[in-house]
Amino acid sequence: MPDQNDIYIIAELSEEKHPTPLTLELMGLGKELAAGMGGDLHAVMPGEGMEAAAVELSRYGASGIFVLDHPALCDYNPDIYLPVLEGFFTDRSPRAIIISHTSIGADLGPRLAFALGAGLVTDCVGARAEAGEIRLVRPVYGGNALATLRATTDTVLATLRARVGSAPSPSGESEVTLVEAAVPAEIRIGLRGRERAVSAECPLEEAAVVVTGGRGIGGADGFEQLRELARLFGGAVGASRPPVDSGWAPTTCQVGITGKVVAPDIYIAVAISGSSQHLSGMSDSGKVVAINKDPEAYIFSVSDYGVVGDWRQVLPSFTARCRDILNE
Amino acid sequence: MTLHIVVLAKQVPDPEGPPTSFEVDPEERRVTVRGIPPVVNPFDENALEAAIKLKETVGEVTITLLSAGNGISKAVILKAVAAGADASYLVDDPAFDPASLDSHASAAVLAAVIERIGDYDLILCGRQAADTNAGQVGLGLAHLLHIPALTVAQSVEVADGRAVVKKVMPDGYEKAEAPLPALITVSGEIGDLRYPSLAAIKAAKALPQTVLAASDLDVDVSGLSRVETVALEAPSRERSCALIEADGPEEAGRMLAERLREDRVI
Repeated sequence: MPDQNDIYIIAELSEEKHPTPLTLELMGLGKELAAGMGGDLHAVMPGEGMEAAAVELSRYGASGIFVLDHPALCDYNPDIYLPVLEGFFTDRSPRAIIISHTSIGADLGPRLAFALGAGLVTDCVGARAEAGEIRLVRPVYGGNALATLRATTDTVLATLRARVGSAPSPSGESEVTLVEAAVPAEIRIGLRGRERAVSAECPLEEAAVVVTGGRGIGGADGFEQLRELARLFGGAVGASRPPVDSGWAPTTCQVGITGKVVAPDIYIAVAISGSSQHLSGMSDSGKVVAINKDPEAYIFSVSDYGVVGDWRQVLPSFTARCRDILNE
Repeated sequence: MTLHIVVLAKQVPDPEGPPTSFEVDPEERRVTVRGIPPVVNPFDENALEAAIKLKETVGEVTITLLSAGNGISKAVILKAVAAGADASYLVDDPAFDPASLDSHASAAVLAAVIERIGDYDLILCGRQAADTNAGQVGLGLAHLLHIPALTVAQSVEVADGRAVVKKVMPDGYEKAEAPLPALITVSGEIGDLRYPSLAAIKAAKALPQTVLAASDLDVDVSGLSRVETVALEAPSRERSCALIEADGPEEAGRMLAERLREDRVI
């Protein structure tokens, strides 16, 4: 039954049709919010051919899973997803709709919020039930301030970054309900195919060790040295904005608020001064190691370990010693 | 083909500025920015660059730059206009201070100005503003204007009355298209805004500029915002850094690795 305090999450599936790790994190967080608000948690799963995925997701603590299954929902087209989800939520008036802040979520979230007239908070790093309402935390001013926000509307829609919630342990299955997807007859936006960049490296967002270079690296050759270090740890190479702008590193490896947000166990910042927008992309990392020739560089203020020196002279011996240690 | 492109430009504090220039006042729930200049949101600059690229390839294109806010720097806007716009709309009013409007209210203000501008084929703006990084207003504006929106474009082309973009994806890009009029949010991959020459900056002063205040527009922002700030705090990002001291940089590199092993980091 519709309830003003119910929480809905919108599930995203991997290409292999499993709930994404972020979706499971939303389930954990959604459960907490629902408990705090005295409502139930539901998950909505739009897509095609998702019977197994729905059963899989139903083990993660929701009261029920709603499946919107239609061939037209195979790929994410906002012109189809929006009316389908708008139709689903009209008459349900949940307290909160929570979506992963992914490529799809960052596109769908605002569209759905505007269509439903819901308050909207994107790219959240925290969410809690407090004083009878949902409070959402997000960085502003490039991460130099953290704002806690509330919606003045009955429903709030939030998109959440990775690692805000934690995935619950799977347990008993809950009810899976197939809902008819009201696919529109006419659409304006057409999808014309995807191109994938080939990368042999570990995806930046999943790497346990990230080695990142800044302006001081000086060229594409320097990034080869960073790659050598990253490879030792099975990690990934990142870059701040200047090297990307200069074409020394591909845009897909930019770390920062305008690039990728990472939180590896070890973050090694090489020749990076530490601009606000870069720090916003890495400040949740486990241990931060900085190598920079400028002792005043701000990066040292947000690092656990630092070496003041020219990276060209520091890095080779550091890499060599790390190799020895890892081989012991 | 003639094409009228409106480019949205938000004034923000320079996002490449050091963190020390942002002073957080938790009492007033306000951030005061010190010592760094205002700039046009870099992603909006990318949007303007996309518009200028279309001008070079499509034929007859006119570009109108639109900035709304409070205390907009004329010099900042002039430099952007000089890069390749043909006209500008400046909506400057304390009522439109970005800090007091949420994305819904901001989109409503912009929709009112677009209404006033009249005919347009394409609206381009950044994928997000570099201060809030919320990425909402473009999609909100498209919703209010009932036009299709494509987001996070790394390239924009126009042909046969349709806009075609390459949308940035985590592992590459996706091609998508929509009929005009449409709104497109633009990403950094499209390229930095070109620098205007001094002559162009001088010439830009003579280009038509419409300056409006809240009273000139058919929009009441009071009560429009759907989100409000409950608290504002400075994040605790600072860590205590163990600086490795050694005889020379090579020794420092070795000692850094040793220290990480001692502390069981590696």
